[in-house]
Amino acid sequence: MTAMVVVDRLVKTFGNFVAVDGISLTVAKGEVLGFLGPNGAGKTTTMRMIAGFLTPTSGQASVCGHEVANDPIAVKRAMGYMPEGSPSYDDMTVRAFLTFIAAVRGFEGADAQRHIDRAVERVVLDEMIDRPIDVLSKGYKRRVGLAQAILHDPPVLILDEPTDGLDPNQKHHVRSLIKEMASEKAIIISTHILEEVTAVCTRAVIIGNGKLLADGTSDQLLAKLPDYHAVAVVVPVAQVDAAVAAMRGVPNVAYTQSETIDAGTARVRAIPKINAPILSDVASAMRNAGINVAEIFQDRGDLDDVFRLITTGAVKSAA
Amino acid sequence: MRQAWIITKRELYAYFATPMAFVFIAIFVAMTGAFTFYIGRFFDRNQASLETFFSFHPWLYLLLVPAVAMRLWAEERKSGTIEQLLTLPITTFEAVLGKFLAAWLFCGIALLLTFPMWLTVNVLGAPDNAVVFVSYIGSFLMAGAFLAIGMCMSALTRNQIIAFIAGSVVCFLFTMSGLDLVLNFFRLWAPDAVVTTIASFSFLTRFEALSRGIIDIRDLIYFLSLISFWLFATVIAVETKKAA
Repeated sequence: MTAMVVVDRLVKTFGNFVAVDGISLTVAKGEVLGFLGPNGAGKTTTMRMIAGFLTPTSGQASVCGHEVANDPIAVKRAMGYMPEGSPSYDDMTVRAFLTFIAAVRGFEGADAQRHIDRAVERVVLDEMIDRPIDVLSKGYKRRVGLAQAILHDPPVLILDEPTDGLDPNQKHHVRSLIKEMASEKAIIISTHILEEVTAVCTRAVIIGNGKLLADGTSDQLLAKLPDYHAVAVVVPVAQVDAAVAAMRGVPNVAYTQSETIDAGTARVRAIPKINAPILSDVASAMRNAGINVAEIFQDRGDLDDVFRLITTGAVKSAA
Repeated sequence: MRQAWIITKRELYAYFATPMAFVFIAIFVAMTGAFTFYIGRFFDRNQASLETFFSFHPWLYLLLVPAVAMRLWAEERKSGTIEQLLTLPITTFEAVLGKFLAAWLFCGIALLLTFPMWLTVNVLGAPDNAVVFVSYIGSFLMAGAFLAIGMCMSALTRNQIIAFIAGSVVCFLFTMSGLDLVLNFFRLWAPDAVVTTIASFSFLTRFEALSRGIIDIRDLIYFLSLISFWLFATVIAVETKKAA
């Protein structure tokens, strides 16, 4: 695992406003890192500093061993970057725009054509290639942005909200494209759609108020929820007390909650101590107590809850 | 330099992608003609020279060149494409130079298309074509200086109208500084050296010499260094304002 992107204590202030406040992270080849955070958290500012568009107030970033501050051109060569909203020159046709990008990237003639064809094929844009960009739909414009980012097959890809504003089919397509490319590249994407983390990212960081609040795989992030791995059973109302007593007998259960579902049945939840898996213990306790269990399931936890918890400060960061 | 030329080609494409280029060129050619024949009383003067034709150029440029320059950076910032452009492997200077060259070439094309004026005087008489040639060079250099100023103003705002007005105002100051109207104001209180310096900054003073066919290396250096200064100022403006 070689670190392709290294970000070291990046800070960016605009006047008195601290947009990014000491973010450090690394991304290795084969990783897809998701930047999660509420709007205005500093995701875009961080990406812009890595991409060499903004100069950090302090700290540094490097891409493929090149420092952004010392050798921005080498960094920009090694990286494909899609800015937020993928702005591209509306007055050009897709072909003219990609030819321009290929020229800037140093490709000429047949070589340029080969790179353009490959990028266009990957993002499925061939039907639109001779249309002016300003008549394209949002989904196609996003594909143009992606095509320019992957045109030179860069080792590092940074995509700012690649699926924002796309319909479910388009989202699916963009995600599978990212997954396809993931093995040979280091990829950073930003998003505020949490399902995207589970869908494409190998790791995610949560950013809030310019600070890095959490860093880990989606399972590690879910583990921050107090009721992660909680087990719920559905039992007849008459057996609620017996079920609670049986659960309390399991060593790793911290506490229980019960609620009535309807006249005949109730749900009882056992919340584990510090993320210990308790499913099998609870199941055997129920069986031993002779309780008539209608359903039993383990909470997977919801990333939305992690996100809300962490960004509103309800859970202290472990990062 | 290769990168700058790629930017130049894209910008020229952008000029000619809309009818604006043709409208601009048509207006420029028509107005130079109208000014020369009607206001300059070309026929009444009975001279086979393009002196009156060229004498209107600074005033036409005052209006038209900032219009060519206004979109160069303001549009990039407004549409957000500046982020795309400046995260490509090019330096800010290459981007600035590329855009400037495109706009300058565009003005050069407009200027070349005034050739019927030159044909006209050659049909009617025997003008000194060397003077005409030097005047064209002078006019082209002056257009470059106007453009460099206009581009810098365009880099300071995301609003093209503001870029246009600011560009026109600064160009106007550079044009007017050679007129007595302005100089008399300074003569009241400033030492002669200051007044001479201000006058020497005037486009008019420099352009007049060139349009009489006199090539003074100092006039050439003046226009080229003015262009360099404003290009440099544009680089700084782009760097500091790009994310605003």
